Amino acid sequence: MKAAPDAAPGFDRRSFLAAGTGLLVALAVPASAQAEGGDLVGDGQPRDRLDTWLAIDAQGRVLASVGKIDAGLGIPTAFAQIVADELDVAFEQVSIRMGDTATTPDQRGTGSSNGITDGGAALRAAGAQARAFLLACAAERLALPVAQLAVQGGVVRSLADPSRTVSYAELLRGGRFELAYDAKAQPKDPARYRVVGQPLPRSDIPPKVRAEYRFLVDHSLPGMVHARVLRPPTAGARFIGIQALPATPGFIRIVQQGNFVAVVAEREEQAVQAARSVQIAWSAPRLRFAKDYDALYASLRTAPSLSRKVDRSNGDVDAALQAAPRRIEAAYEYPFQSHACMGPACALAQVEAAGVTVWMGGQKPYPLRKTVAELLGRPASEVRVIWLPGPGSYGMNEADDAAVDAVIVAQAVGRPVRLQYARSDATAWDPKGPPGVFRLQGGLDAAGRVVAFDYHSRGYSGRTRPSGTQRYGDTLAAQLIGNGVTKSEDLYQVSAESYRFDHQRVSGELIDWSASLSTGLRTAHLRDPDGMATTFASESFIDELALAAGQDPVAFRLQHLGDARHQAVVRAAAERAQWQPRVGPNPASVAANGSSATLRGRGIAYAPRNGAVVAIVAEVEVERATGQWRATRFVVAHDCGLVINPLSLERVIESNILMSLSRTRHEEVRFDAERVLSVDWQSYPILDMTEVPDRIDVVLVGNQPGRSYGAGEPSTRPVAAALANALFDATGRRLRRVPFTPERLLAALNAQPLAA
Amino acid sequence: MDQPIRWRLNGQPARSDAQAQTPLLYVLRNELDQHGPRFGCGLAQCGACTVHVDGRATRSCVTPLTVAQGRDVTTLDGLAARWRQAQGITDPSVLHPVQQAFIDEQAAQCGYCINGWIMTAAALLADKPQASDLELRQGLSGLKCRCGTQVSVLRAVKRAASVMRDVQARAAQVSGRKVRA
Repeated sequence: MKAAPDAAPGFDRRSFLAAGTGLLVALAVPASAQAEGGDLVGDGQPRDRLDTWLAIDAQGRVLASVGKIDAGLGIPTAFAQIVADELDVAFEQVSIRMGDTATTPDQRGTGSSNGITDGGAALRAAGAQARAFLLACAAERLALPVAQLAVQGGVVRSLADPSRTVSYAELLRGGRFELAYDAKAQPKDPARYRVVGQPLPRSDIPPKVRAEYRFLVDHSLPGMVHARVLRPPTAGARFIGIQALPATPGFIRIVQQGNFVAVVAEREEQAVQAARSVQIAWSAPRLRFAKDYDALYASLRTAPSLSRKVDRSNGDVDAALQAAPRRIEAAYEYPFQSHACMGPACALAQVEAAGVTVWMGGQKPYPLRKTVAELLGRPASEVRVIWLPGPGSYGMNEADDAAVDAVIVAQAVGRPVRLQYARSDATAWDPKGPPGVFRLQGGLDAAGRVVAFDYHSRGYSGRTRPSGTQRYGDTLAAQLIGNGVTKSEDLYQVSAESYRFDHQRVSGELIDWSASLSTGLRTAHLRDPDGMATTFASESFIDELALAAGQDPVAFRLQHLGDARHQAVVRAAAERAQWQPRVGPNPASVAANGSSATLRGRGIAYAPRNGAVVAIVAEVEVERATGQWRATRFVVAHDCGLVINPLSLERVIESNILMSLSRTRHEEVRFDAERVLSVDWQSYPILDMTEVPDRIDVVLVGNQPGRSYGAGEPSTRPVAAALANALFDATGRRLRRVPFTPERLLAALNAQPLAA
Repeated sequence: MDQPIRWRLNGQPARSDAQAQTPLLYVLRNELDQHGPRFGCGLAQCGACTVHVDGRATRSCVTPLTVAQGRDVTTLDGLAARWRQAQGITDPSVLHPVQQAFIDEQAAQCGYCINGWIMTAAALLADKPQASDLELRQGLSGLKCRCGTQVSVLRAVKRAASVMRDVQARAAQVSGRKVRA
């Protein structure tokens, strides 16, 4: 399979076993991977067999397998760096395999930026153990103690007499060794890393630019047919009947169960044609959405909540707010947003008596295996799920739903199926990032010092549709057919900054959204789930508090942050941006108010995320007359601990910034009372090349031996707040509803009084 | 049965018996083993399906097969070979300058959209290698990248532009010498 970013041809588990020589290391699943999935991790396969492994063949080539996937961030290159370093082999000798339930360990897949933290840790341990074993073999072969040996490029040599050598390949030629995982294996001293930390280019980019890389959409099966789905036109509409079958060429049949409908044809374009020409009668909508965002936010503020959680609290915030001589309050609003992946989801499925195989592009192929088994009433051992690279997924997009749709269709037609969603099946029907409303209050004492801080959110859980597909009921198909039950989980929209005030509370309430499960407004994880929304509210309000306290935003943060690492990151961003302290908006902009001038401003925001810390300074320019605005520069200070590949990391950070700029500048899923109105790139616009900043400066902080923290999402988190603060600096107006469209900014410029 | 549609694909004769209105994208991908152009929207809104038709960047998802009749179509799969041919380069590892610049700048995340950027930029720079920052941005406007690689894409296109300006300058020198001779 060419898609495996590093795999050499013919280099797989089968060839290893057939060769009869080599080294296999079987591992247990790391505890951190189990924590996320709770009791649902694992599928009963004996873990001590080939569940998790590292293999070295008699030519010295290394195949590392990991229960993660690459969502487009280039993680296989980083994995190969870790393995190469731990084993002391050349980077080029290492291949990475991931995401196939038959050949790779169940680490539940990728989520919450845990690729390096979980997958990397497991590979490091496996590498360390394999290296120790090989060194022991070499010591015996060379009749020298291990302490007198060194390894480089997979060749062990005597320190005293460098002419005495033996390679890993030579050591393994004598036979086949299988090792059980040894948790006591000592990883390499990070001070001796040679490959980890190097800015190596990604191995998947050359095949991608040459059109040689194989994505999921490039996979085909002999005898396969093509399918498209037809969704209910309005929320909860019920399938009544087919009024006219397609008369188009190649049409095979309709597959319909409950409100799930798919058309099947011999060729791809024929499936598209058939989907366009079939006529279906649907009932009137049986659910009603809010009619617009004003109505939605009003309902989020007032609807009875399911549950409430105080995330953290100290002092007596209510009493302190009551007693404060000066109190400020602000409300922020954040919309539904779509994953809107570059390609709508695709999946292939083959359902046969001998077994079931599903090819999918989602982040969690391992739990999906159980779902498919449940759907078909077959043991999981008869189901193989193979992840192939899709478009970037950014969380729980519609990929898993497409996979289950493909299985349903394949079972019905008795032939292998390739199911391709249309653009609207992705934009209008992916599970959405949830909306929220946020009420922030602050109290200042007579001296102008902030003594009370209260954060409270109300919104939908970002796990109404769970973040993995654990069970059939989690899928859209089950909800449309009506024969599966999901288990929504609570995810409160709370922020995570380390500010310390005498009295403070961070709390959230969740409002029932289970009625949405059969619609395109059901909610699930979207890149940095809730992070940008909660930080938008909290870090905007911190700027409002700084202004009330008569302080510069950076100085105010440094004074109140309770964690030295967080302070260091804020300081690093401010320094690189050459932050000019001031209280209140840019005086030049205020002076230019009312004219047709271009207004300029800068703003800061910061956020921690699972151990990583990011601070961003955004610079903006605003056309006063129109409200058109552009972010011209970002400075990102980023501490994710030990960096495996600084070049890849920098690109990942840049991409987080631009995707988040897009979400802040453009994105809210449109709907009316009956349906989702965002169906394509015109009704759900994203960032355009003409709006891209001139530069993004990345400052890596805290990159030193020690642990790594996931870096796939943290730099998303502060972007909306940094932009809100920059726009305030430029204009003296504060935007408290995302997205910051030029229309909204112009309305604020014309309506809001200028902040003092 | 209609006559098959015939055209040239990456310099070679190609044909298809598909219906005339079939989007060119499906014929290229499903009949002719092309993997550069990809389905992104089917609405000409994202550019992931871009190919060159007689040198012009064209959205193949909304281009009927019949439009290809008698034309010269290039896909990302054949872009490098056509560049080498045009430049008289024999080393098969040489890529089109835009492709090489995307590697040099590491201008990709998932890479699903990369075809649109490379093919559009290659056509743009062939016309105007001296394009300004604003002209490049406007020329690439409308293409979508959800991962947010636009900053590195712009760096790559500028790098490629400078290579293509050099190539153009050398070609002008050569033709100048020919004229003098």
